[in-house]
Amino acid sequence: MQNDAAPVEVRGLVKRYGDLVAVAGVDLTVEPGDVYGYLGPNGAGKTTSLRMMLGLIRPTAGQVRLFGRDPQVTVHALEGVAGFVEAPRFYPYLSGLENLRMMAAFDGADAAERIGPSLDIVDLADRARDRVGGYSHGMRQRLGIAGALLRNPRLMLLDEPTTGLDPGGMRDMRLLVRRLAGEGITVVLSSHLLSEVEELCNRVAIVRSGSMVYEGHLSELRRTAGSGYRLRTTDDALAERVCRAQPGVTNVRAGDSELRFTADEPVVAQLSVALVESGAAILALAPEHATLEELFFRLTEGDENRDRVAPATLERAS
Amino acid sequence: MSGSPNVGTVYRWELRKLRAQKRTYLGLGAAAAVPVIFVVATSLRGGGPNDVAFGRYIHDTGLAIPLVLLLFGSIWMFPLITALVAGDIVAAEDGNGTLKTILTRSLERGQVFGGKLLAAWTYAVAAIFLNGAVALVAGTIASGFNPLVSLSGTTVSAPRGLLLVALSLLVYLIPIIAIACVGLLLSTITHNSAAAVVGTLIFSLMLQLIGILPGLGATRPYLLSTQFDAWQGLLRQPIDWQPIVRAAWVCTLYAVPATVWAYLAFLRRDVAGG
Repeated sequence: MQNDAAPVEVRGLVKRYGDLVAVAGVDLTVEPGDVYGYLGPNGAGKTTSLRMMLGLIRPTAGQVRLFGRDPQVTVHALEGVAGFVEAPRFYPYLSGLENLRMMAAFDGADAAERIGPSLDIVDLADRARDRVGGYSHGMRQRLGIAGALLRNPRLMLLDEPTTGLDPGGMRDMRLLVRRLAGEGITVVLSSHLLSEVEELCNRVAIVRSGSMVYEGHLSELRRTAGSGYRLRTTDDALAERVCRAQPGVTNVRAGDSELRFTADEPVVAQLSVALVESGAAILALAPEHATLEELFFRLTEGDENRDRVAPATLERAS
Repeated sequence: MSGSPNVGTVYRWELRKLRAQKRTYLGLGAAAAVPVIFVVATSLRGGGPNDVAFGRYIHDTGLAIPLVLLLFGSIWMFPLITALVAGDIVAAEDGNGTLKTILTRSLERGQVFGGKLLAAWTYAVAAIFLNGAVALVAGTIASGFNPLVSLSGTTVSAPRGLLLVALSLLVYLIPIIAIACVGLLLSTITHNSAAAVVGTLIFSLMLQLIGILPGLGATRPYLLSTQFDAWQGLLRQPIDWQPIVRAAWVCTLYAVPATVWAYLAFLRRDVAGG
């Protein structure tokens, strides 16, 4: 029965610290085999959500199920689950190997047999006998992955695994994540790096200030990103009024000497006629293949953007 | 290693971690060094602390040395050594950010807590017995293995004296264990090693202060600090069990609430740091 349940099912997850709302209602479902990107700017509540998923923090409201079990109730919910939040931490006065031995002892079962292979996978075998106190950030990050692999996980939760790594380390870490995913491990990966998520993940959740602004397939998000248009006219202020009045045109934003909006193709055809009729001659009207990055900023900074743009628009209109 | 991890697994690893830390040897080193320094100093200068129990016999028999040190040690040395580990054992995980490392394995929080509690107790027990053993050996070398004069003025043979010293150390562990529980509580709720160690020591000193304040004399039998003298009942003839029995229940009244509080705090806390 456990196997039928989704690796991660989060419903209405909320965490408040006094007046501060760290996580304001997160819902997400991770399916087996997903490499799920949990994307958001720093401070969006990604880490707090992951801590709740791992049972480290008690939610103020809502629930987490890992393969159908609640990590708040019993640590057995973490069977087949591994991962770390923020940078993985170890006992600096013990060697990497000793740290892994301890983790394996705390995992029980046959975890100790996986110490050697895990060290090989993360390429730390030759430094395993050194104290962790002398490890670089990248080595600790890799030791964290090795520690997670001891649990022979079906689900790995990784919190910004490439943060703080040099370019080579980032590449290695991404290769490692892809390799793990290739072996059938479901991965939830939080990141504030869009390129990383784009490279690794098939599904994403985008969070802003503790709330979800998007959840779904990356391909769908890309499709959404494709429906933007750029417009340059002889009279931007007039054109903006026309755009805003046109049914089906959304997300109208005035930039430097151009307008941007979102619409379907037939609506754009109608709009072009309306513009000419209004007296705003079209200099350019082009579909804009917004990068995922722009979309991300639109989703995560949407309100701020509108605030920032509004005064300029007013100035020009007057 | 296979099978399910349990409290014993945590306990063994806590001891292993203690063996790998300098702090451990600081406390044990002090516990071992103090008797040696005491014996050397009193041998060189002659005389001794005549105004404390057994103080005037330290040149007659080595058996008096551990007893005198129990008296001195109860002021702050043994509470400090106990607090050094008990106050650190949870808070150090906060400092290292390693709670998240161990709490995302296959151990319930209660098992982690249990292992830490046992390790803190073990360390305190080790320090007391190390101190007693070194004091006995050093004392015997300096003053010989001779009969001891009891608190009732009777003479106790050396072998029986040795047994009584060993029993005294055991009785001394009762308040020490309670101090360890208080240290563990502070360690759990402060998340700060230094605060917990210092807090535990201050707690111990405050109780001694209350005991000597005028007008508060009636509270004295119920203070944790007073129970450090319970072992003296063993060195009366006949043995006075009353202070030992009282130490047992008074210390329980300190240790159990502190431990339950620490346990619940550890179970419910958000592991947000690290």
